[in-house]
Amino acid sequence: MVKEMLTGNYAAAWGARLSEVDYVPAFPITPQTEIIETLSQWINDGEMNAKFTNMDSEHSMITAAGTASATGARVFAATSSQGLLYGYEMLYNVTGWRVPLVLVNVSRGLSAPITLEPDHNDVLSARDSGFIQIHAETCQEVLDTILMAYRIAEDERVLLPVLINMDGFYLSFTRESVEIPDKDAVSRFLPEYNPKHAFFKASNPMSQGVAVLGGSVYSYFKYQVHLASLNALTVHNEVAVDFKRIFGRSYSAIEAFRMDDADYVIIMSNSFAVKGKSAVNKFREMGLKVGLLRLRLIRPFPYKELRRLLSGKRAVAVIDQNISPGAGGILFNYITTALYHEPDRPEAILSFIGGLGGKDISHTEFNHIVGEMGKSIEIGVVPETQLLYTKGDLEQINNLLNIAGKTSEGVERLRN
Amino acid sequence: MSVKSVVYKKFKDISKDEHISPGTALCAGCGGLLALRLAYKVLGKNVVIVNAAGCFTLLSVYPYSPFSSSWMYTAMACAPAGAQGIRDALDILIKKGKLKSEENLKVVVLTGDGTANDIGLQSTSAAIYRGLDFYYFCYDNEAYSNTGFQMSSATPYGSRTSTSLPGEINPQGTAQKKKDLFEIWRAHKPPYLATVSPSDPVDLSNKFEKASKFKGPKLFIALSPCPPGWSFDSTNSVNIARLAVQTGIWPLKEAVYGEVKHTVIPKFKPVEEYLGTQNRYAHLFNPVKQVDVINNIKKDVEQYWKRYLEV
Repeated sequence: MVKEMLTGNYAAAWGARLSEVDYVPAFPITPQTEIIETLSQWINDGEMNAKFTNMDSEHSMITAAGTASATGARVFAATSSQGLLYGYEMLYNVTGWRVPLVLVNVSRGLSAPITLEPDHNDVLSARDSGFIQIHAETCQEVLDTILMAYRIAEDERVLLPVLINMDGFYLSFTRESVEIPDKDAVSRFLPEYNPKHAFFKASNPMSQGVAVLGGSVYSYFKYQVHLASLNALTVHNEVAVDFKRIFGRSYSAIEAFRMDDADYVIIMSNSFAVKGKSAVNKFREMGLKVGLLRLRLIRPFPYKELRRLLSGKRAVAVIDQNISPGAGGILFNYITTALYHEPDRPEAILSFIGGLGGKDISHTEFNHIVGEMGKSIEIGVVPETQLLYTKGDLEQINNLLNIAGKTSEGVERLRN
Repeated sequence: MSVKSVVYKKFKDISKDEHISPGTALCAGCGGLLALRLAYKVLGKNVVIVNAAGCFTLLSVYPYSPFSSSWMYTAMACAPAGAQGIRDALDILIKKGKLKSEENLKVVVLTGDGTANDIGLQSTSAAIYRGLDFYYFCYDNEAYSNTGFQMSSATPYGSRTSTSLPGEINPQGTAQKKKDLFEIWRAHKPPYLATVSPSDPVDLSNKFEKASKFKGPKLFIALSPCPPGWSFDSTNSVNIARLAVQTGIWPLKEAVYGEVKHTVIPKFKPVEEYLGTQNRYAHLFNPVKQVDVINNIKKDVEQYWKRYLEV
């Protein structure tokens, strides 16, 4: 066991290395590149016994990852944002193939406008693909989740690929203290992959990914993907128990932070939950009973666990770091779905959009959110989805225009 | 590089082994299926086919497969990438001792011309560039036949498809000339590249035999007369394929590391004999004969062969 200062990307590469993956097909995209550069070097130097192939696109990369996994190899791949969308067609294919590969997405806001910093529209676009989806908060969690992901994916009750999300920049390029587990401990936790359902060999011809005709046959296979994904709720928790026993770190489907006596709950995901936790600590110092839930397991969605955690709370605010234009926040819908039939559900469930393209969520905004929760209960009216944007954010736009000589006054003049 | 190529001298030299059972969902008289059946006799049974969306996807429909070997359907654009994943996985699993070397398989990409020329060209180019050890079998029926015969970039000039219908603006039907996939592939300098036709099984067998001696990309474009799309009686597939060869419209050739050699020098029958067999060219003859269009087709054939016969 070694502790090192690692970026999220480097931690991801360590996760793949410790999992002794056989195959890494790759295509570069910022902010994921350090993952594949690191793996390329380790494989080239013989530190990892695996095959690395530079592919021609993410569509090809996910295809090659899927067919290699269908051949019987343990496969790792990583992408981000536009890349995930470019390969989108194949996400649904590889889940249908029931191949237990692991794909890391380093989230980044989607074009247009093209940008580099994170939000979760990229990874959440894959929420209906059948991938198991886990979102990480820290660099340590990135590494640990990769080890857990192979256990979950390869479990015969699941046999689905896993998509792990880490935030671009905030994790990908940020060094944190990360414990790199011993190889021996990892081999006690994660046995060698020995597929019984999907492989190619001369002595045992197999047809995979074949066409079906008719809705009955199609539904038969799609329902199996759904049921297998639901199984992953149990499997995740079993794997987490094993993980804690061997490595001492504990991960649950939903992380509860200062929730025990909380009346007001903020729900977040990924690295920005750190900002949320810091805000919660400040509210607690002020005597406000605020807690936070961090959604970690996104697919399957832990409805039951969420109901248990939110039952009896006064108000909930969901901060979606994504936007479905014309509808609002994506995760908000799953929270309300979970709570609809709960007799002791919170009085108010509020929806906020924030952190798009890596925009900060400041303490001012958390103050506003908690204030809005209180107000909603007081007056009995819950506001529509609110878009978080501060005066400081607007000033940044004006500063940019000023530097470019296009003051808002100038813009007005141009308009006239 | 000289490779001894002729092991099949006559039809009877071809193996009687079958690796595709009869009674598939494909159309009666499919020229591409006959070519694939012949190719399989040389490839043998230790094969995994990597398929892209097209007519031949219907060969393997749950829970049936006509093949004695393995099959992987991918998607339309990415069968060569799928082949890469399988090849890489077999290689690393054998290297790590997780798979015995006698379990190894030949990886064969199987796509139509739409995939090969259009949507799958990038992933094919990349696989050839990487030197992937695989076969590519393109059944070229010169259109998107499985979806109802829409134009692809392999559709020949002057023919009718359901999206290049002859009309007032384009009386000739398809205005573009067929994309030269052979030359596009050849520009990558693969170890082996050939055109084949179900009308010439000895030539086809020798080419697959010769290809088997090379490691790396081995690429085949098989003429695939299509009874419903080209609109002819399904008993005529082989005759029409033969006419395509004999008129010089479908040159039978190979290229070893880019060096081209024609394996059959045609008799140069008049192109009308070929065009007249299929209703996709009927508008060139009725109600009025489109002499200009027919002459353009003739001229293209003449120019093609002039270039090669002079060399």
